[in-house]
Amino acid sequence: MDFFRHFNNSCSNKSLMELLEEHGFTRRDFLKWSSGMATMLGLGATFAPSIANAVENNASNTPVIWLHMAECTGCSESLLRSDAPTIDSLIFDYLNIEYHETVMAASGHQADENLENAIKKHAGKYVLLVEGAVPAGSSSFYLTLGAKGHTGEEIAKNACANAAAILAIGTCSSFGGIQAAAPNPTNAVPISKITNKSVINVPGCPPSEKNIVGSILQILLFGTMPLDNFNRPKWAYEHRIHDYCERRGHFDAGEFVESFGDEGAKKGYCLYKVGCKGPYTFNNCAKQRFNQHINWPIGAGHGCIGCSEPDFWDSMRTYEEPLKSHLFQSVFSGMGADAMSDKIGIGVLTLTGVAIAAHASIAAIKKDKE
Amino acid sequence: MQKIVVDPITRIEGHLRVEVIVDDANVVTDAYAGSTLWRGIETIVKGRDPRDVGFMTQRICGVCTYSHYRAGIEAAENALGIVPPKNAKLTRTLMNAALYMHDHCVHFYQLHGLDFVDVVSALSADPAKAEAEALKWCDKPLVCGVGELKAVQEKLKTFVDKGELGIFANAYWGHKTYRFSPEQNLVALSHYLECLKVQRTAAQLMAIFGAKQPHPQSLTVGGVTCVMDILDPARIGEYKTKFLEISDFIHRAYLADIKMAAAVYKNEPSVMNDVGVDNFMCADEFYLGDDYLFKGGIVTNMLSNPVLGAIDESKITEEATRSWYKNDKALHPYDGEQEPNYTGLKDEKTLNAKGELEDSKVFDMNGKYSWIKAPRYDNLPVQVGPLATIVVNYLAKNPIVTKEVDALLAELNIELKDLLSTLGRTAARMIEAKIISEHALKALDNLVENLKVDQSTCAPYKIDNSKEYKGRFIGNAPRGMLSHWIRIKDGIVQNYQAVVPSTWNASPKDANGKMGTYEACLIGLKIEDLTKPLEIIRKIHSYDPCIACAVHVLDKKGNKLGEYKVGV
Repeated sequence: MDFFRHFNNSCSNKSLMELLEEHGFTRRDFLKWSSGMATMLGLGATFAPSIANAVENNASNTPVIWLHMAECTGCSESLLRSDAPTIDSLIFDYLNIEYHETVMAASGHQADENLENAIKKHAGKYVLLVEGAVPAGSSSFYLTLGAKGHTGEEIAKNACANAAAILAIGTCSSFGGIQAAAPNPTNAVPISKITNKSVINVPGCPPSEKNIVGSILQILLFGTMPLDNFNRPKWAYEHRIHDYCERRGHFDAGEFVESFGDEGAKKGYCLYKVGCKGPYTFNNCAKQRFNQHINWPIGAGHGCIGCSEPDFWDSMRTYEEPLKSHLFQSVFSGMGADAMSDKIGIGVLTLTGVAIAAHASIAAIKKDKE
Repeated sequence: MQKIVVDPITRIEGHLRVEVIVDDANVVTDAYAGSTLWRGIETIVKGRDPRDVGFMTQRICGVCTYSHYRAGIEAAENALGIVPPKNAKLTRTLMNAALYMHDHCVHFYQLHGLDFVDVVSALSADPAKAEAEALKWCDKPLVCGVGELKAVQEKLKTFVDKGELGIFANAYWGHKTYRFSPEQNLVALSHYLECLKVQRTAAQLMAIFGAKQPHPQSLTVGGVTCVMDILDPARIGEYKTKFLEISDFIHRAYLADIKMAAAVYKNEPSVMNDVGVDNFMCADEFYLGDDYLFKGGIVTNMLSNPVLGAIDESKITEEATRSWYKNDKALHPYDGEQEPNYTGLKDEKTLNAKGELEDSKVFDMNGKYSWIKAPRYDNLPVQVGPLATIVVNYLAKNPIVTKEVDALLAELNIELKDLLSTLGRTAARMIEAKIISEHALKALDNLVENLKVDQSTCAPYKIDNSKEYKGRFIGNAPRGMLSHWIRIKDGIVQNYQAVVPSTWNASPKDANGKMGTYEACLIGLKIEDLTKPLEIIRKIHSYDPCIACAVHVLDKKGNKLGEYKVGV
C-alpha cells in the first residue's frame, strides 16, 4: 500500500464522493457501482464497502502515463470504448492522464515536456501503462521519439524506473505480440524484459475495455492483485474461454461446425474443428464479451485465436485449424484433439471428460514451460 | 533560415515526425515527413498459411481495424480465385460502413478538432449565445440547449480548477490562428464530449456482425462466419437502430460543425490553398448489392488540366531512395523487395519550445529519412483519402456526390478549388460519412432480401500446393485507397506487400525529388510562432495520419523462414 501513501499526496482536496455529488450521483448510485465492481473483479459483494472506501479516499487524480511503443493503437482504441456504468467513465475522468499520444492536445516539444514533467513531478507515484512491444538492444533504433531522437527503449526504461505500478496493456507489451512473431525482425520484447520491476500483464489483442479498466481499478483500489504464472490478473484470466463458452454444450454433445457456413454453423455448434483455441486460452471473453457485452468472436461464429496467450501468433497457428497432434504427444501418445473430437458423440461423456482433461494438462504444461 | 522539428505528432495513429525549414519571414521553404517506427509485419507473414494472413495484417492498425483484415482476406481470395457469396459481400459492406462512420467522427472531434477548437476559450462563452450559434448551423442541434451547454462549461471549469489539465495540458491554447468565438468553441466542445459516447455505439455497430471492435473477427477466406447474426432479426434491428443513432450525430453535430468551421476558417491561410499533390486516386467502394456507392478512378493535374481515367494497377510502384531500406529501384508491389538500411539521425541544433537552440537529432536531408516508402503511380505522387473520393466522383459525375458537394459549396459560398485544401479534406471526410450514413442501409435491405432465397455465407475452395497464385485487394480505407498484394507458392505466402493510404500521403521524396502529399502541402505555409507550430499540426491532421499502417515492409533478402504446410 506504499503506493497510496505517495498517491494521497497528489489528490485534490475534494473527496471523490463530493465530486460525484456535484455531478448528480447519489451515495446509493455509488455503492451500487462499488458492488458491481466487486463482482466484476471476482471479489464478491463483501468487498463492495472496501471498494467504496478505497475509491472515496484514493482514486481521484491518479497520475497516469500511457506510452506507445511498437503497436497498432488497438489497445488505446479499446480503452476509449469503456463505458459500463456511466459512473465508471466518471472514475476515468478523475484519473489525471498526463501523457497519452492518441488523445493529448499537445504535440512536439510541448508533448515531450509533458512527459518529462510528469515523470519528475509524480516520480514514484504514477501508474505507467505501456502499449506495444519495445524494439530492444542493438535493434532499439527501430523506434525513436521526440526531437532528441531517444529510442523507445530509453524512454520506456526511464518511465519504468519512476513508476509506482506498471501495467502492460495488450499482448504486444505483455509478450511481444505480432512484431515479435517469428522471425521477430526488430527484436521486439515485452516491457517486462527491459525493467527489473514487476509488470502486470493485461494481454489480449486488444484486451476488452473491461479488462483494461478493471485492472487499472484493481491496482488503484488495492495496490496489488493476484496474478497467474504469466503475471495476468486472476480476476480476468483465471479461467479458459472453454470453461464458460456458450457453445460448450455442443462440444460436450459432440456437435461441431465442420466448415464455416455449414448447417452446424447456423445452429451455433462448437467451433473446435474449425480451429477454436478456447480450450487453451485463458481469458474472460465468454463472460464479459466486448463492446459493452454486444458480441465476441465465438458469438460471431469464429473460433478463438488465442490472443491473450504468449507467442500465440506462432503457437496457435493455423488459426482456423485445430492444433495438430504434436502438441498432444506427451499426453495422448499422438492422439490429437481433432482425432478426439471426431470420436465424441452425444452421450459419450467419458470421452468428453478425457478430452477436457487433455486441455487442462496442456495448459499446465505450457505454464510450467514458461 | 531555421529548422523546426515536430516530434511526436500526437493525436494520430503511429509515430510521425515532421521537419520544416522556414525563411526569415517564417514561411516554410522545405519539408520532410518521416516515420520513426518499423515493425516488419510483411516479413512476419511470409512462410505462413495464406488463410492466416488477414488476422495478422489486421494488426497493422487498430484504428482502421477492419480495413487491413478485409484486405488480407480479400487479397487471398483474389489470388485463389474465390468469389464470396453475396451475403458475405453485403455483410462486409455493413462492417465497413460502421468503420467509416466511427473513424470519421472520431477523427474530426478527438483527433483533428483541437486544431480548430480552443478548449480554454470555451470557459468564457455565454451559453445562451452559444445555443443561438448552434441554431445557425442546424435547426435541431445536438446537445446544444442552454442547459446542456452550461453543464459542459461547468464540467470544464471543475476540471480546470483542479489545476491538472491532463490530456489538455500544454497545448497551443490562445494561439492567434484559433478563430472560433468562445461560443463556437463551447458548441464544438459539447460535441467533442458527445462523440466520446457516440463512438462507443459506432464500435458496437461493427461488433454486431464483427464480434468486437477494434480487431473484429468474423471474416474468413471465402466469406463471413457470423451466419447466426445475419439470420437473427433482433441483430438486424440492433444494427439499424444503432446505425440511425450515429447517422443522427453526423447530421446534427458533425455536418453542422463542419459548416461552422468552414464559415469561420475559410479566410485562415493555414487551412486554405494547400492541395499539396494534385493527383487524386480512389477505388470502387461500398458494394450495395447491385453497384458501388463510390466509383474508383484517378484524376491527374486537378489544378491545371484535370484528366479523369481508370486506374491501371500495373502502374503502381514503390521505391525507397529516401527511405531506410536498401533497394532504390521502383518496383511493382508483387515484386516488392527490400532490406532495412537504417542510416540514423544527425546531430544539429534546432529551436526548442522556449525559442532557444538546443542539441537535437534531425533527419538527414540529403539522405534517407523515413521508414515509409514512396509509392508512385506512373511515376507521379498521388493524394488519396476522402478528398480524393470526392474529387474523382465529382468529376465522374456520380450524382450522389455531386449533389452533396454542390449543396455545400453553395451554402458556404466557396468554389470547388477551395476544397483542394486542409479545409476541403476535413469537409470531404464529413461528406463521405454523410453519404454513407444515408445510403449504406441499402446493403442491409438487400442482405435481408437475398437471405430469403439464399443463406450461403462462405464459398468452398481448395488450395493446390503445386500451384502458384498471385492476387491483390484494391479498395478504400477511411484514409484512402488501400491495396494488399500476395504471392502464394507451395501453399504458403511467398511475398506480401501492403500499399496503404498513409504511405501515399506521408511518402518521402522520390528519386526525382518529388515530394509526398504531407510535405508538398506545407510549402509556403507561414508559421505565426515557431515555438508553437499549430499550423503544421493542423495541415498534417487533415489527412488523419495512420503511420503504423504506412510503415509496412519487408523482405530481408535471403532470409529463409520456417515453412508451414497447409493441410487441405
